[in-house]
Amino acid sequence: MTTDKFCSMLSRSKPGPGDGGNTGSWRVLRPVINLEACIPAKRNKMACFHCWLYCPDSVVSKTIPPVINYDYCKGCGICAEECPAGAISMVDESTPLVEDK
Amino acid sequence: MHIIESGNVAAATGVKLSRAQVIAAYPITPQTPLTEKLSEFVESGELAAEYIPVESEHSAMAVCIAASTAGARAFTATSANGLLYMSEQLHWAVGARLPIVMCVANRGIGAPWTVWNDQQDTISQRDVGWIQIYANDHQQIIDAVIKAFRLAQTVSIPVMVCYDGYLLSHTYMPFEEPAQSSVDSFLPTFAPTHFLDPENPGNFNTVTLPDVRPDVEGVIAPGYIEIRHTLHQDLRAALDTFVEIDREFKKEFGRGGNPLIEEYRCEDADFVAVCIGSLSYQLRDVVDGMRENDVKIGVMGVQMYRPFPDEAIVRALAGKKGVIVFEKALSYGNQGALYADIKSALYKSAERPFIHNYILGLGGREIKTQHLLDALTASCTSPDTFEDAPRWIGLKL
Amino acid sequence: MRKDIIEIRWHGRGGQGAITAAKIVANAAFVSGYKGVVMAPTFGTERRGAPVFTSLKISKEKIYDLSPITTPDMVVVLDHTLLEEVNVVAGLKEKGLVVLNSPRPVSEYTFDGMTVAVSDVSKHAVEAGLPPGIVNSGIIGAFAKASGLVDIDVLVQAIENEFSGKKPEKNARSARIAYENTADNTADNTAIGGNK
Ligand code: SF4
Ligand code: SF4
Repeated sequence: MTTDKFCSMLSRSKPGPGDGGNTGSWRVLRPVINLEACIPAKRNKMACFHCWLYCPDSVVSKTIPPVINYDYCKGCGICAEECPAGAISMVDESTPLVEDK
Repeated sequence: MHIIESGNVAAATGVKLSRAQVIAAYPITPQTPLTEKLSEFVESGELAAEYIPVESEHSAMAVCIAASTAGARAFTATSANGLLYMSEQLHWAVGARLPIVMCVANRGIGAPWTVWNDQQDTISQRDVGWIQIYANDHQQIIDAVIKAFRLAQTVSIPVMVCYDGYLLSHTYMPFEEPAQSSVDSFLPTFAPTHFLDPENPGNFNTVTLPDVRPDVEGVIAPGYIEIRHTLHQDLRAALDTFVEIDREFKKEFGRGGNPLIEEYRCEDADFVAVCIGSLSYQLRDVVDGMRENDVKIGVMGVQMYRPFPDEAIVRALAGKKGVIVFEKALSYGNQGALYADIKSALYKSAERPFIHNYILGLGGREIKTQHLLDALTASCTSPDTFEDAPRWIGLKL
Repeated sequence: MRKDIIEIRWHGRGGQGAITAAKIVANAAFVSGYKGVVMAPTFGTERRGAPVFTSLKISKEKIYDLSPITTPDMVVVLDHTLLEEVNVVAGLKEKGLVVLNSPRPVSEYTFDGMTVAVSDVSKHAVEAGLPPGIVNSGIIGAFAKASGLVDIDVLVQAIENEFSGKKPEKNARSARIAYENTADNTADNTAIGGNK
């Protein structure tokens, strides 16, 4: 008995940025990482990454320094809440983006 | 081996033989002895399952959803208001395409409070998307449970096995308990293609946008309406799948052959009484009696109510003069749900029989054989005097 | 409607084991070739000590009607004090049989032309070594003698199966003693087994 014909369409997907669509457009406040305070950036060590771990949309990279993908960051502020170093601030979306140095 | 036990024990034995792995349930009359028996099986080691006591039916279904998502064979059971309390989770379980099996010992719904039998509980849940199978005796209960697990995992749709509360749940009659080895060869281990797996993380049933969209890998992912359309198509296809499964069951166990509808003396009948559940067996005696007086009448039990076996029913009723539908439930403010379904199925027939509707037995009101005889006689002898509205049997006030 | 069905109504009190007794008879009847066996307890609200009844229908053919018995062929009464609370012969068919657990002699009972069989099951159960109050195994012995429906040896086997782990021999003995000590109200004590 074949089961192939069943369940051709399901709501099951790989987690990753963009699974919920282009959520960057939802943002009202934008998380900005202060690299002077960010632990891995400051110590040049693979450490901390609470922002990477807690981001519900998996849009923060586990790199030195951590980078936020603003195409998909929905601006929920969880990363800022969880950052033990207080390195992430939520700034008004109307503030122009500054390129990382 | 034949044993004489209650319908609830027949159901529990079917669950044991099907090797359910997670059982979560909340007690409610008349289902309680079923899950009590299962907890005994788990306690004694006869059934290697996790028995999770919960604080409500809503949680029972939530636990089954979680267990099934993790790849376990999950089972629960309930009745009446308990079923309705888990209704929101019922929708979730089927939308998530989880092959959960649930027994429902049919009972009337409060208010006013009743513990006795009718079928308003499951009939009111007919549009959820679960498959509904109804059993007419204990043998059908135990067999249906085993078939339900196979069907559920084949089509990835949860299945309700329904049987009349008290009338079947608490009566004792003989039934054959199949051998474990036969059940094992009939029912393969549950091996889902998608399940919660830390090695292979996934999003299940997250917010799904109205439109299709590319997923993380750029593949176009279905929107809500596509997923629901698939469910509907799969439910329709499940009719044939169940016929196939029933055929295999018959090969293994020698029983079955009426997966969708069960006909009795219908072949040459002018009139056919139709109903769901044990009443269709009670009607057999009435039909036999009427046959002795040369009324050509038969009875048809609807075994699978959702998906609705419209084609099988239309075929069975082709060329009949009249159809009389008895129901222990109704779509309040309209008419009997089964009656409306059958009428709608017959609409495309070239020659439509007359069709009458009787509502009876609500809240356990005893269904007297004489009442059934009177109703059938009235329908067969003066079909033209009936309104489209249902007639109620056994009202005393 | 069907004439092939033997209807037996069991009267007891909640907790007294009338359901178990009827189930044992159902098992023994099935083993003896009655394919159709349906036992239906009173549905719903049961409490210890309250009068309850159980319907047992037996036939050589499959039984489809699950409704409670209204016109029994036999009634079995597990406790003679029930006679004050319940009309146990309600609906009993003409020349029906009443099987009664009572310490009083059968001559004290008249149920309007019915056959009455009496055994002091409570006493015999204690003789068999059971604690006082266990009557549901013993009454089966009286039923077997009076009805002649099912062989006592088959019933004793069914009792031992049902009570496995719960004093099977003593329950079986209780049934056998009651079987030997059942008297009926016919002149020569031979109406017994009349429904064979
Ligand atoms: S949580 Fe804060 S400190 Fe830690 S890596 Fe992220 S930004 Fe840096
Ligand atoms: S605000 Fe932070 S946690 Fe929220 S989506 Fe953006 S990066 Fe992720």
